[in-house]
Amino acid sequence: MEIWDGLTKAIQLLISLDPEVMQIAGRSLSIAGTSCLLASLICIPLGSLIHFHQFRGKRALISTIQTLFAMPTVLVGLFVLVLLSRAGPLGFFGILFKPPAMVIGQILLISPLLLGFIISALSGVSKEIVDTATSLGASGFQTVWLVLREARYAVLAAVTMGFARAISEVGCALMVGGNIKGATRVITTAIALEASKGDIALAIALGIILLFLALIINIVLNRLQQR
Amino acid sequence: MSLIEVAGIIHRYNERAVLQNINLSVGKGEVFALIGPTGAGKTTLLRIIDLLEVPGAGEIYFDGKCIPRSGKQRLEIRRRMSFIHQKPQVFNLSVYDNVACGLRWRGEQKNRIAKEVDHILEMVGLEGYKNRNARTLSGGEAQRVALARSLVLEPEVLLLDEPTANLDPVSTEKIEQLISYVARQRNTTMIMATHDMSQGQQLADRIGVLLDGRLVQTGNATDIFRSPQNEEVANFVGMENIIEGVIIASNDGIATVNIGGNAIQVVSSYPVGKEVYTCIRPEDVTLALSSTQSSARNSFQSKVTRVTSLGPLSKVEINCGFRLIALVTKISAEDLNLQVGTDVYATFKATGVHIIEREAS
Repeated sequence: MEIWDGLTKAIQLLISLDPEVMQIAGRSLSIAGTSCLLASLICIPLGSLIHFHQFRGKRALISTIQTLFAMPTVLVGLFVLVLLSRAGPLGFFGILFKPPAMVIGQILLISPLLLGFIISALSGVSKEIVDTATSLGASGFQTVWLVLREARYAVLAAVTMGFARAISEVGCALMVGGNIKGATRVITTAIALEASKGDIALAIALGIILLFLALIINIVLNRLQQR
Repeated sequence: MSLIEVAGIIHRYNERAVLQNINLSVGKGEVFALIGPTGAGKTTLLRIIDLLEVPGAGEIYFDGKCIPRSGKQRLEIRRRMSFIHQKPQVFNLSVYDNVACGLRWRGEQKNRIAKEVDHILEMVGLEGYKNRNARTLSGGEAQRVALARSLVLEPEVLLLDEPTANLDPVSTEKIEQLISYVARQRNTTMIMATHDMSQGQQLADRIGVLLDGRLVQTGNATDIFRSPQNEEVANFVGMENIIEGVIIASNDGIATVNIGGNAIQVVSSYPVGKEVYTCIRPEDVTLALSSTQSSARNSFQSKVTRVTSLGPLSKVEINCGFRLIALVTKISAEDLNLQVGTDVYATFKATGVHIIEREAS
């Protein structure tokens, strides 16, 4: 029964463009989007660097990265909380319980995932392609750029996955954001709150909105891939 | 003046010696074919010349300059060459972008790139394919894209690794035509690896035989095909008749070889008593039903032991005291009604026999 209520409520909220819900959804989108963008800017070059260089401990590093895929969101939250709390080493920034703190937490959370999948995307490009580029006179940097372009679908898939993990996590957002109404409340933290208050229908409605957002993002990315 | 010089190259993969002391010099504008069976080290040698790999030992000289084993100079030199790999690797981009990439990497102007790419696509017959994704092309088309991508750079040296392997005869012919066109028109220096001997013969000025990591013989096509230096080369270049014998008489450059009791006249100056291999190309053996008058010094009565059809040709195995293989056209095999047991006269000239010294083992 509550599922049905949730569904109708979700449609109602979506159609009526409920200001508070729209604000929460927008915040979810912008925080996860920023995290994903920044993480990509870090992880694409870093992943290329790791992939194209041979060094001692490369395998161990990649295994570690893959292990961190399973990092619990609350653990990242705890780490960032300690780091940014007033008494913490980065406390002077005063950004705890503000969106930037949530972005930092999400970057830490999704970076291993992005790195791991970018490295595996680059590994999917054959050695022959790299050789061909080299013998056509590409410099090291030009070769990397070409290989990234060859692997663009897989790289885009890695970014999509990172975004999905960022927008769907709740532990870190709750711990370092604080679920403050009008400031750091995002869809996932709102769902947790509404559910604990007993407003199951609203919680379900928010969940459906979250999935709806994910659907739109996926459609956009799929369009990009087909180009 | 040699453009490329390879001096004392030794290379190993793991413990296996792939190249053993290769010395080679290729002149400006020369087309050099490396022939040898699969696994002989042809690709590795080309990769080392293209500076994709650093040899275990030895030096590469380009235009008289010794190439360092690392550093920026390698990229500069590499940009004066181009390498067509055996399996054409097209990038997952449009045909145009594939062909343009080398020029872009060299920082060429946009409109010059457009002009050059259009020109070269027309030359390889792919002008209508500009916007197609190169991955959707057939093998022959992809190889033409790969060729265009290299030729548009107007390299001083073109390295080709089995450029027509796995292509159908029509595509093969197109590629071969393009290669010889470029060799003639642009005077491009080429080093081409191939296991197809006729291709080497047809396109190259000079041929090198690479066997098991060693450059066994270099010379023009006639040298290689008519006068192989040893049994290994003879085997590889299609000398199907390699028969052990001993020289029993020698007079004025004409020697007599004893092959299991049969005397064969050959052109050779080896001394009496020398143990040799007698090599006869199967196409140099003619078959007739009756003993004919001819200037050929060797004629043997023999019996057909086997006939194998090779399309337009027939391979006929005969026994004339020793086993001999002859290659005749299918039509003449039918005219002579060659079957197992047919009596024929096998004839070959003294000049058609090549003698190789048998090494004491």
